[in-house]
Amino acid sequence: MQVQSYFSQLDSIDGELATLNLGPTHPATHGIFQNVLKMNGERIVSAEPTIGYIHRAFEKLAERRPYNQITPITDRLNYCSSPINNMGWHMTVEKLAKIDIPKRAQYMRVIVMELARIADHLICNSVIGVDTGALTGFTYMFQERERIYEMYEELCGTRLTTNVGRIGGLERDFSPTFHKKLKTFLKTFPAKFEEFNQLLERNRIFMDRTIGAGPIDAERAMSYGFTGPNLRAAGIDYDVRVMQPYSSYEDFDFIIPVGTQGDTYDRFMVRQEEIRQSLRIINQAYSNMPAGDYHADVPDYYLPPKDDVYTKMEALIYHFKIVMGEVPIPKGEVYHAVEGGNGELGFYLISDGGRQPYRLHFRRPCFIYYQAYPEMVKGSMLSDAILTMSSMNVIAGELDA
Amino acid sequence: MTSELIHARIEQKRPSVLIGSETAYDGMLTVETTREHIHEFLKFLRDDEELQFNFLTTLCAVHYPDDPGRELAVIYHLHNWRQNLRIRVKVFLPVEDPHIPTVTTLWLTANWMERETYDFFGVIFDGHPKLTRILNVDDMDVFPLRKEYKLEDGTRTDKDDRFFGRDGHEGRSFD
Repeated sequence: MQVQSYFSQLDSIDGELATLNLGPTHPATHGIFQNVLKMNGERIVSAEPTIGYIHRAFEKLAERRPYNQITPITDRLNYCSSPINNMGWHMTVEKLAKIDIPKRAQYMRVIVMELARIADHLICNSVIGVDTGALTGFTYMFQERERIYEMYEELCGTRLTTNVGRIGGLERDFSPTFHKKLKTFLKTFPAKFEEFNQLLERNRIFMDRTIGAGPIDAERAMSYGFTGPNLRAAGIDYDVRVMQPYSSYEDFDFIIPVGTQGDTYDRFMVRQEEIRQSLRIINQAYSNMPAGDYHADVPDYYLPPKDDVYTKMEALIYHFKIVMGEVPIPKGEVYHAVEGGNGELGFYLISDGGRQPYRLHFRRPCFIYYQAYPEMVKGSMLSDAILTMSSMNVIAGELDA
Repeated sequence: MTSELIHARIEQKRPSVLIGSETAYDGMLTVETTREHIHEFLKFLRDDEELQFNFLTTLCAVHYPDDPGRELAVIYHLHNWRQNLRIRVKVFLPVEDPHIPTVTTLWLTANWMERETYDFFGVIFDGHPKLTRILNVDDMDVFPLRKEYKLEDGTRTDKDDRFFGRDGHEGRSFD
């Protein structure tokens, strides 16, 4: 009935509403999303999202795998910032097994997680540019993302699905090449990023396209379970890094940028500022890096060096036990959250003392806030709906799990 | 505000709603109530001027097939942003009668969370505006996260817990 009343207020083409299938695969949606739109001319009357196209049953898979084998699953949630997911998972298991990791390892994790946040926000923001017709910034920012991926490669050998770190710390120390690349990045990135700003932040065309597109107010954003940059764009300064600091985030000085309107422009600007703040955090962590080891001394959980496995009996036994999933896991329930690229990424883990979780639930921010999409695009133009989706940064992997 | 104070406040304002309460392994106050009280109780937690659990963080279910009459647990994590407090609320349901009132009237975000829980566990949220499958295909006729649906080879015996000294885990191998 709502459709009818909306319909009567506006002129329509031949008095009929058109049904438009946007997706499941559509070049403008950057992922597998289907929306069945009721269109009145170029205006959206209602939207009905269908999700689950890349559902891979992660929660079920996790009930069949030892804890260290779940890390690669978390890679594939928000694959634009896999390291944050990996670290979040490691910290959840460390909370369960009561492992304290050295300060240095925590700082190293912070550096990697903030690099991941920069990469995540760079993709999102440069794609907003693309969807408004500005391809140039995207091509330059992808070169910068490439620098970050090269650093991942130094740290774990992979680029997209990183599987970085281990339960108890990191798998390896920062290599000399990593140090070189990170120093170069910290030196050259800010200038390149400011060039990107100048292309978009005060660009009249860009502002006209994005201001007022897909707005949501703070009250509704909260009710819809928004977290992360999308919530902050609506004006609420909730950030897990500050509310429940993990991995020594309390040591760093950074601000939480907030918007006022909760529209596409505010979401863009919040992410822009978060990139600058992430750089500040990395600089602080890197210049104050404490001495110490890059992993905790927990032979029950942390793989011994490979050389020792070949030559020492004890190391061989530990290696075997860890690889076979025979690590001591206490019984208990743990909820641990980290600030992912898109908001509060939570891991609710129930252990019955077995070698695999009894139940693992992922709180996936994309899944939770995407349900506000129909409301946010209702009554707007189709082109704004595309822009709203890319500015919400809905990542299909995290949406569908 | 500590767990004890939250618990005291609940007992004072809503006596006889809680049927269990503990501090969980991770230090979070965990309370149990019944489906008769859950909607009113969550509304109280949200609106009470001292508790102010304004944000529904997650809603999910767990299947405990070996616990007759309490096979399905529905678990709510709430968060008070002003004072940074979290609480976990549990409701246990029998698997033959998995009905529980919806909380979509309290938080809009519960809509998809409840659909997901229905999709994977078959918990029926009474009053939900559109309780259909969300991540699985529409014509699926099982609730896949229940424990009776095993992953991979159920006859595999090489990881029998009896041989690995794990207490209380006889027979629950890698299933």
